[in-house]
Amino acid sequence: SAMELPPSHHRANRAAALAAGYVCYRRGSPGRGLRLRTVRRAGRRDIDGVGPKYHLELVLEDIVDEDSTVNCTAEVLYHLGNKNIAPDVQFTIEGELKNTDEADNIFYSQIKSLEKELVAENIPDSHGHVSPEMEPIRLLAWVASGYVMWQNSTENTKFQFAQIKHVKQVKRSDEYLEFDYMILLHEMVSQEIIPWQMTVLWHPQHGVQVTQDSRQPKHASE
Amino acid sequence: LQLDFWLAPRGPGYPVDVRVPFPSLQPLKAHLEANGVSYSIMIEDVQALVDDERTEMLRGRRRLPLSTNTFDYATYHNLDEIYAFMDLLVAENPNLVSKLEIGRSTENRPIYVLKFSKGGPNRPAVWIDTGIHSREWVTQASGVWFAKKIVLDHENDEGLASILDKMDIFLEIVTNPDGFAFTQTQNRMWRKTRSRHSGSNCIGVDPNRNWDAGFGGPGASKNPCSETYHGPYANSEPEVKAIVDFVKNHGNIKAFVSIHSYSQLLLYPYGYTSTPVPDQKELHQVSQKAVAALSSLYGTKYKYGSIITTIYQASGGTIDWTYNQGIKYSFTFELRDTGRYGFLLPAKQIVPTAQETWLALKVIMLHARDHPY
Repeated sequence: SAMELPPSHHRANRAAALAAGYVCYRRGSPGRGLRLRTVRRAGRRDIDGVGPKYHLELVLEDIVDEDSTVNCTAEVLYHLGNKNIAPDVQFTIEGELKNTDEADNIFYSQIKSLEKELVAENIPDSHGHVSPEMEPIRLLAWVASGYVMWQNSTENTKFQFAQIKHVKQVKRSDEYLEFDYMILLHEMVSQEIIPWQMTVLWHPQHGVQVTQDSRQPKHASE
Repeated sequence: LQLDFWLAPRGPGYPVDVRVPFPSLQPLKAHLEANGVSYSIMIEDVQALVDDERTEMLRGRRRLPLSTNTFDYATYHNLDEIYAFMDLLVAENPNLVSKLEIGRSTENRPIYVLKFSKGGPNRPAVWIDTGIHSREWVTQASGVWFAKKIVLDHENDEGLASILDKMDIFLEIVTNPDGFAFTQTQNRMWRKTRSRHSGSNCIGVDPNRNWDAGFGGPGASKNPCSETYHGPYANSEPEVKAIVDFVKNHGNIKAFVSIHSYSQLLLYPYGYTSTPVPDQKELHQVSQKAVAALSSLYGTKYKYGSIITTIYQASGGTIDWTYNQGIKYSFTFELRDTGRYGFLLPAKQIVPTAQETWLALKVIMLHARDHPY
């Protein structure tokens, strides 16, 4: 029982946002963040005993360079019966993503050569400002948050990255960079702003990894 | 190494000042030491100084401007600055603009509406509100810009002049002042009002779930700690009650636009039910035209449709109530962006956002003027 959905349908948009987050996690770096630009086509069918499966044709854009886009097809399968299983996502990207080796390597050397561990907060700040040297820190958080969104999405959620509240570099003796982030996610169905802690590992050749993450309680100032 | 000489080399015995980019620090130090050249660090971190200077400059601008011509529309302002702006605008244009206090917030802040009128008793009117959800900062900032725009264009812009010939415009810029103050001082992401209701430690009601249209139904939360908490009863929030009373007392509002961010959407009722409104076809056509006008300026893409089909079911919403009151042209905007910055929209996007949105608002207002009912 396959069903074509209007691309603007909110169910298609939620599945698309999830797929885009997953793709960003798998393909992103401090030099490249991807996000959903458009849903071109969407279909939905139920898989017996599992849950709804969405077939999506998406256009993804580079966060920094909006004119740089790629087409992407993705399939998202939600596991209705078991909330502890993240949705299955498969995707293919048409064509080449922008090469970010140079920017990645520059960022890597910069951080490696810091004498004191990097510490920062409120990126972007209240006025939407991000200083240029914090842009890779922001993109890295964006990419890593794709993992958190993927792991925690259901048919009734749509996550957006909102802000880095706090980030602290953790010195490592091996070649990896490690950052401890406290981010805010905006969940658009409930409108909640959810603080989330993530430990993020990155190396130019090994991609982004979230090694540990935990949802945080809303803070007491409310 | 991309060394930036602030005091260029002149010859032996003369000092040289050089700004060194991050990645060149180690190589340069090694080179100087290997060649026995002594050096000292005058500024550890140039960027930090630049940032401090920027902060100071911003702080300098916080001194209240003397006229709405020197007001900076391309930055975010606090509540005092916006209220001062309103008074300046009225003082500069007493024949066009007046300020009405329509109520008081939970924390006893005055709630103000600007009235733009060329005269005549109780003309049919357009209502525009911004900032009902306090974290949606581009909306209050756009409201400020709209106010100035109306004053600038009310004579020379044919469309606006013709609207004001027949109709009044009411503009509520800070619809949720308590929430707005809270976003400035404590929590940039605060959405709701700041009311306390018995039986809970949690504060605030979602003012866009507190209206008497499908109140308490699916699409709002009964949990006081939730961002979509509908409140103990409809119109429990003074910020909402103030508008309800105003609309009922006025009795002649013909178009009602409530402005939010973000998502780039133009929405019409209903949110609380999937039953289409009787005027669905017309509202859809007006939306199409308004969105086309908006896009024409910077290419910003908007989607449009009813609330329930476009985003989700939401009960107790503003424009569901206003539509049921008989205000046919009831619309909600969700302004820029679509998530790249979300609520934290960079200040440099304020004016372009306001400019393009104004084109859509004019389409709605002109349609209301041309289709009296």
